[in-house]
Amino acid sequence: MPDAASLPPEGTPILKAFGVSKRFGGLTALDDVAISIDAGQIYGLIGPNGAGKTTFFNVITGLYTPDGGVFLLNGQAYSPSTVHRVAEAGIARTFQNIRLFAEMTALENVMVGRHVRTHGLHAGVIGAVLRTAAFKASEAAIKDHAMQLLQYVGIDRYAQSLARTLSYGDQRRLEIARALATEPVLLALDEPAAGMNATEKNGLRDLLRKIQADGKTILLIEHDVKLVMGLCDRVTVLDYGKVIAQGLPAAVQSDPAVVEAYLGTQAHA
Amino acid sequence: MTSPFSAPMVSSAPFLRVDSLQVRYGGIQAVKGISFAVHQGQTVALIGANGAGKTSTLKSITGLIPKAAGQVWFEGQDISSMPGHALPGHGLVMVPEGRGIFTRMTIMENLLMGTECRRGEAARRAEVQADIEAQFVHFPRLKERQKQLAGTLSGGEQQMLAMARALMARPRLLLLDEPSMGLSPIMVDRIFEVVRSISQAGTTLLLVEQNARLALQTADYGYVLESGLITQEGTGKSLLESPAVRAAYLGEESS
Repeated sequence: MPDAASLPPEGTPILKAFGVSKRFGGLTALDDVAISIDAGQIYGLIGPNGAGKTTFFNVITGLYTPDGGVFLLNGQAYSPSTVHRVAEAGIARTFQNIRLFAEMTALENVMVGRHVRTHGLHAGVIGAVLRTAAFKASEAAIKDHAMQLLQYVGIDRYAQSLARTLSYGDQRRLEIARALATEPVLLALDEPAAGMNATEKNGLRDLLRKIQADGKTILLIEHDVKLVMGLCDRVTVLDYGKVIAQGLPAAVQSDPAVVEAYLGTQAHA
Repeated sequence: MTSPFSAPMVSSAPFLRVDSLQVRYGGIQAVKGISFAVHQGQTVALIGANGAGKTSTLKSITGLIPKAAGQVWFEGQDISSMPGHALPGHGLVMVPEGRGIFTRMTIMENLLMGTECRRGEAARRAEVQADIEAQFVHFPRLKERQKQLAGTLSGGEQQMLAMARALMARPRLLLLDEPSMGLSPIMVDRIFEVVRSISQAGTTLLLVEQNARLALQTADYGYVLESGLITQEGTGKSLLESPAVRAAYLGEESS
C-alpha cells in the first residue's frame, strides 16, 4: 500500500539520535541516549517501567523539548520542536494511553491523519468554506485512502463506528492506521500489543511484518518478550534513562544486566 | 473484618453471583445475558478476545456502566442498583483498565485515597502506615517516587499505583482489569506474585487478563467469554489444556 518508490533504500539510517538528554526537575529521564535505526528495520526499545522509553518517544516526536541531543531523520538534521512539524518530517506515532478522537468515527480518525499530506488552497479552510469542486474531490480521495488503510489494518468493518466504542485492541489498530495516513518514513509504536491476548498478538505481529515488507521502518516499545524477540532486527534497552544494552535480540536477551533489570524469569521465553 | 457484611455466610452460597447480566451500548449488545459465580477465597479468571465483553462485565458489576438487565449479588445482598462509590465500603474494589489514577495528586495521596472507604478504620494511622509500607514492599518504585505527582509516572508505574491504591482499601473482593497491562516482564511476575499473596491472605479475586496463560495458571476457576456469552468454563488447569482455548487465546498456531 505505501508508495515504495518514495521510500529510502534498505540499510541507510532513517533515524539517528545521539546525546539525547531530558530532565524533569531533579530526575534525569534520559541520559546521553544514542540510537541509530536503519531503513526497513523493526527496531525494539525495551526496558523496565519508568526507564524513559515513552519519554524518548515524546522527545523524538516533539511532545517534549530535549535538554540536549542531535537528531537526523533520513540523513537530514531535524529539530523535534513541534508535533506537527515532526509529522510533516515523517515520523508518526501511536500512544500507550490511546489518544484517538473518541467521538469521531474510525474513518474520520484516519482522515485526520491524512490531512498532514494535503495542502493548497482547495484542501484548506477556504476550500471547506466555499465547498469548491476541488475540495470535494480532495475530500473524496482522502476518504478512499482512509478506507483502504482501515482495510489494511483489518478493521474496515468498524469504519462508521465511533472510536470510543471499539475494543482496546482495535483502537490500537486504528491508531496505527491514522499514523500510516501521514505517510511516515518512521512509524513509532508505543506498546501496540497492550490489551491483546497471545492470539491477537500473533495477528499484530503479522500486521507489523506486512508494514515492514511494504517498506516502512518501525520503532517499537513493547513488553511482550516473545513479540519483541521474534520481530525486531535490533533492540535497545533503557534503564534509568541510560542505554544498558544494544544489539541483536538474542544477544540482548542473554545479557545479565537485562535479565536482572527487565526480563526476570521470562528471559528464556 | 469490622464490616457488618463479613458475618458468616452459608459456605455454599457464592460470594459474588452474577445472574443473566446484559450490557448494551446503543444498539450494540456487549454482554448478552451471562451468569457466573465467584466463591469466597477463590481466584476466578475471565478470559476472551478483544471486544468479548470482559471489561463491560466488570464495569457493570461495579456500577460504572448501567446494566441493561440482570442482577448482581455480593455476600447475599443484591447490589445491582448500588452506586459504584458505595461498593468499596462493602469490601468490593476494582482496579480499572486504564488505571484511573489521580494524576494531580502525589503517589502518597493516591494511596491514602484508597483508605477513604475504610470509614472508622481510616482513622487508625498505624494500620494505614503499615499498609503503605506493604505496598512499598510490593512496588519499590512507588516508594522512590512517593512525593511525585502521579501524572508524572510512566504507564507501567501508574498500573502499579492503581493496584496499590486498590489494596489500600483492604478489599475482600478485588476485581482486576488487566493488571499486567504495560508492565515489564519482571513486573508481570511481581504483580502475579502480589495477586497470589493477597489471595492466600484471604482476598477473593475476579481477574480479567489478556495474559490468559498466566491468568489460568493463577486462577482456581475460569470462564471464557465470546461475543458477550460464556462459552466455556472449568478449572484453570482444564481450560489451559483445552485445544479451543489454546488456539483462540494462548496464541498457539495449529500445526
